[in-house]
Amino acid sequence: MAFEILEPGLATSVQDRGRFGYYNVGIPQGGAMDGLSAEMANMLVGNTAAEAVLECTYMGPKFRTDTDAAIAVTGAPVDVKVNGEARGQWERLELAAGDEVSFGILQGGTRFYIGVRGGIDVPVVLGSRSTYGLGGIGGFEGRSLRAGDLVPVGDAAGPPAGPPPEIDPDLRPRFGKEVTVRVLPGLYDHRLTARGMETLLDSTWTLTPVADRTGLRYSGPEVEWQPRQQPFGAGSDPSNIVDAGYAVGSIQIPGGKEPIVLHRDAVSGGGYAMVATVISADMDLLARSAPGTKTRFRPVDMDEALAARAEQRALRARLWGTGA
Amino acid sequence: MSNAAAGATARYTWGGDEFLFVEIDEAMNLAANFRSNAMASLLAADQVEGITDICPANASLLIRFDPDVLPPRELEERVRRIEETVARTAHPTLETRVVEVPVWYNDPYTQETAARFRANHQRPEGTDLEFAAEENGLSSADEFIKRHHGSPWLVSMVGFVAGLPFMFQIVPQEQQLEVPKYLSPRTDTPALTVGHGGCFACIYSVRGAGGYQMFGIAAAPIFDPAQSLPDFKDFMVFFRPGDIVKFRPVDETEYRRIQDEVGAGTFRYRQAPVQFDLQRALADPAGYNQEILERLNGI
Repeated sequence: MAFEILEPGLATSVQDRGRFGYYNVGIPQGGAMDGLSAEMANMLVGNTAAEAVLECTYMGPKFRTDTDAAIAVTGAPVDVKVNGEARGQWERLELAAGDEVSFGILQGGTRFYIGVRGGIDVPVVLGSRSTYGLGGIGGFEGRSLRAGDLVPVGDAAGPPAGPPPEIDPDLRPRFGKEVTVRVLPGLYDHRLTARGMETLLDSTWTLTPVADRTGLRYSGPEVEWQPRQQPFGAGSDPSNIVDAGYAVGSIQIPGGKEPIVLHRDAVSGGGYAMVATVISADMDLLARSAPGTKTRFRPVDMDEALAARAEQRALRARLWGTGA
Repeated sequence: MSNAAAGATARYTWGGDEFLFVEIDEAMNLAANFRSNAMASLLAADQVEGITDICPANASLLIRFDPDVLPPRELEERVRRIEETVARTAHPTLETRVVEVPVWYNDPYTQETAARFRANHQRPEGTDLEFAAEENGLSSADEFIKRHHGSPWLVSMVGFVAGLPFMFQIVPQEQQLEVPKYLSPRTDTPALTVGHGGCFACIYSVRGAGGYQMFGIAAAPIFDPAQSLPDFKDFMVFFRPGDIVKFRPVDETEYRRIQDEVGAGTFRYRQAPVQFDLQRALADPAGYNQEILERLNGI
């Protein structure tokens, strides 16, 4: 069973929940950028949350299935077509062998997800099916899809049991032009001046087009670093440190200009001071942002970060009907 | 006196709700790196439930954890206890290996790339090697190359991208080669480029963007996702923090011969186990380095 890729789209890759335990040698966690949308795609087709899906960026693929299949499209709003006929998002779509699936232009957000009953069945590499393009591992031959690829679909032993589930519209992610993400100040925040930290937390930042799975760059005012005699090995700019490990979600501001937030394909370390980290509960929000999105970073403490994490867990429990 | 020499004094801070960051020293030095690696090893040996990644770096340690399994305060207490244990170690040693890495210095591949990105460089005329020699008050590129492979390097961190080693030369601070990075990063660097930025050497494991000066090209892979070479049988990444690297200069003929061995799947790195002794390395760097390098003789 396979999907034959007729047109690859802009950057379509296989992703699951990620690859953990290899960050110490520079291999990032990877996994679906908008984790909740990917999970909902799996849920709609009767998979577990662990199956691999296709992550589509801006422009989706066109593909033909060689078998009967159940799919669901979630995430950023987009027109879905089967054999040229309009179909819906956030619902299970039954395909017959030979059906062609294609997509219109995104109406917001950045990424949408295609879940398929049985999951995308590429080999597991270091514990995950996620694509790590820079290292050329995981996913489909370690890269984004190309025309002509035959993407294997797993055997799910029959159609999903019971009627297709529905996702409460209240639980579905939103794809707006403004977003507030919560951050925990820390790491090298003491290297900013008080005014620099105020600038970071009180300004409205605009997401630039320089945004991908590695990280997202924002434009806005300049942020002031404390001048200092740099320690040995740290590099000459006040925003430099002796190269260190980078937290996923951490914010760095090289030279005081254009903060960068690292995301799921983060480089694992480098020589720029990090001053705050987006909390785990809000990482999906960043992944949904399109260039131009007005973004504010709101400071929280660890207790608030953990409470937000617990809320996310409860939301997912509600989604899967397993109680909070 | 550096922080790392003075008891348990690291700085603990949070990278969101999933990362604990431990800064051992603001400045790069051998003792801080030693401490980071020792803490990482002890923590890994404990196999603590809820810890997903332990990433020792040059002078710091990054730990990823699941706060639903291991509450942040509990993790911090645990790591602080380990820091104290390590600080009490009177005679720190590291069980590691010394590895010989053949390098074609001043090769045409990195030269071609350097020429393409000259506009990004502080010294548009000349080469990265000439610039590095000048920056370090050395008479010529050849003199710089000699210094580069004359003393061994410690792999102080692996990362940035998959399998890329950062290396710190095991010589007193005043003898360390320091070269600034490119003014603005290149969008391309050949795979296996031997680079240098600040006081760190690196080997680019994959082709891609980079800002380090380029001095040569390593002859054999250091990242092998297909795991086709014998050195990669157990894992696709070759280097580990704590490895000691001896660069060996090779000419084009030998570079081609090694490439043939790589193609045939027979290439192996020359390497030998070694116990690295921090105090001896600090007390008599030249003599101790010689002793380490002799381990490679007769292999």
